[in-house]
Amino acid sequence: MTSQYVDRLSRTDRDMILTLVPEGARVLDLGCGDCSLLNELVQKKKIRGTGLDIDGMQLINGLASGLNVFQGDLDEGLAEFPDQSYDYVILNQTLQVVKNPILVVEEVLRIGCYGILGFPNFAQWPLRRGLFFGGRAPKSPALPFEWYNTPNIRVLSIKDFFDYCSREGIEIVHQRYLIGGRWVGAAIWKKAANLLAGIGMFVITRKGPACTHREMG
Amino acid sequence: MVLESGYKLGPVEVVYETYGQPNEDRSNAILICHALSGDHHAAGVHTPHDRYTGWWDNMIGPGKAFDTDRYWVICSNILGGCKGSTGPGSINPTSGEPFGLDFPVVTIGDMVVAQKHLTDHLQIQQLYAIAGGSMGGFQVLEWSLRYPEMVRSAICIASAAKLSTQAIAFNAVGRSAITRDPEWRGGQYNGKGPEKGLAIARMVGHITYLSELLLDRKFGRRLQSANRLSYNFDTEFAIESYLDHKGSAFTDRFDANCYLYITKAMDYFDISRSYGPLKEAFAQVAARYLFVSYSTDWLFPTDQSKEMVQALLSNGKEVSFIDIESPYGHDAFLLEEEKLTRIISGFLTGVAKEVPA
Repeated sequence: MTSQYVDRLSRTDRDMILTLVPEGARVLDLGCGDCSLLNELVQKKKIRGTGLDIDGMQLINGLASGLNVFQGDLDEGLAEFPDQSYDYVILNQTLQVVKNPILVVEEVLRIGCYGILGFPNFAQWPLRRGLFFGGRAPKSPALPFEWYNTPNIRVLSIKDFFDYCSREGIEIVHQRYLIGGRWVGAAIWKKAANLLAGIGMFVITRKGPACTHREMG
Repeated sequence: MVLESGYKLGPVEVVYETYGQPNEDRSNAILICHALSGDHHAAGVHTPHDRYTGWWDNMIGPGKAFDTDRYWVICSNILGGCKGSTGPGSINPTSGEPFGLDFPVVTIGDMVVAQKHLTDHLQIQQLYAIAGGSMGGFQVLEWSLRYPEMVRSAICIASAAKLSTQAIAFNAVGRSAITRDPEWRGGQYNGKGPEKGLAIARMVGHITYLSELLLDRKFGRRLQSANRLSYNFDTEFAIESYLDHKGSAFTDRFDANCYLYITKAMDYFDISRSYGPLKEAFAQVAARYLFVSYSTDWLFPTDQSKEMVQALLSNGKEVSFIDIESPYGHDAFLLEEEKLTRIISGFLTGVAKEVPA
């Protein structure tokens, strides 16, 4: 049951990411697992992709489809990758599982002109309700785990993410919220998203001229 | 041929074996490069009575990583080797005697030039892949730098851009053991020669190929044949007996002078010395690269592979990197066949796929 939920969710994430990445972009997917998202991006968007994951054996699928892969630990930084060497760096459903999220976001913005960040919103109302009335660590389709086996060690809300971006001078170029099984992106949802959205997906960039010539999407 | 040292060596012989069949335009050729103690006999057996198969038999054959149903696999004995290619044991045409120490010092670059003569002879325009581990990896790297247009893809396993100081140190001990054996006679020995020295060299080498963890797990402090300490200097611990065996077995199949020459060629290998700082050295390459390292390899540690990956990434080149979790140390490249098979067959399949530029 749990895994079905997660599969369906990751499918939904992928559909959204497919719309956010422009044709022909150079894409680095951090925490790419078996490279299936990149493979889909290669087929549908003709991107040039690299997959990175901590589990080397998972990366073999990517190798076999002609992708470049790199086994690495996000928490150690990605010093091997040069500045601004990719158009898009994807960090989907990964921010909440790393030990050093600040380091990881900094690396995303150093290596890529744009970062695509997707993460579960820990302030969605069913979770608030679960905690308030149930008095137990909350669960939802996006967060189906028990407190003792959850990989999600960083608990953040969409509001937290806004605060962080404005403090660090990170510009949010696009925002998409998964609300009631549907992705919405209109500005009017921004206020309500922290209460309603199960997942937030953002295209971010560091304010500055470095990437303007690669403006896409 | 003119060697890097300036010495003119010739005529040069290169022995090789092939497995599988060339396709029409010979675009399915894969060159396998062997390591220090390997040779051109990489797979299969020569007669049904052979006790041992080729050194990489678990990787080369129908349906294996280097699938001989699809690829034409070639492996040659290195220049300076002792299994048939021209080396210190060959006859010196000017004296009519074996070269011995009159044989010129050869480099990894010289070995690659000799291999290039072979691929020309076999009418290969471009190698689909070139693969090797350890010193074989040195040759892979040298090929991709020296003949970039010849190498479509390069598989470099448990190797490095240069031999580390520590590894040179171990090679120096091995060479000393040989040259200080009275039977060595300045390299002009007849027959077996300095067997004791060569065996010691191999014992030292073997320690560097294994991890501490593996030695502990496999041998521990176990005594070979008794429960009581013997209070003398006979071979006593299981690890001692193992090394003794490895050392003496090696003298049956390897030549002492060859050991000197090949370890010297390894010591000399340094991409930066030949091609400039790594970032510049890798600026002109054209191959798709795959680097594989092993977590407990302390002779060719993971970071030395990553250093090259970084140089390639900074040039925007096609490169993949996988570090295999393994207890086997450097020798893992010959032992972790299941993981390596999956990685290499995946990579070789991917090389054929057109990636949008």
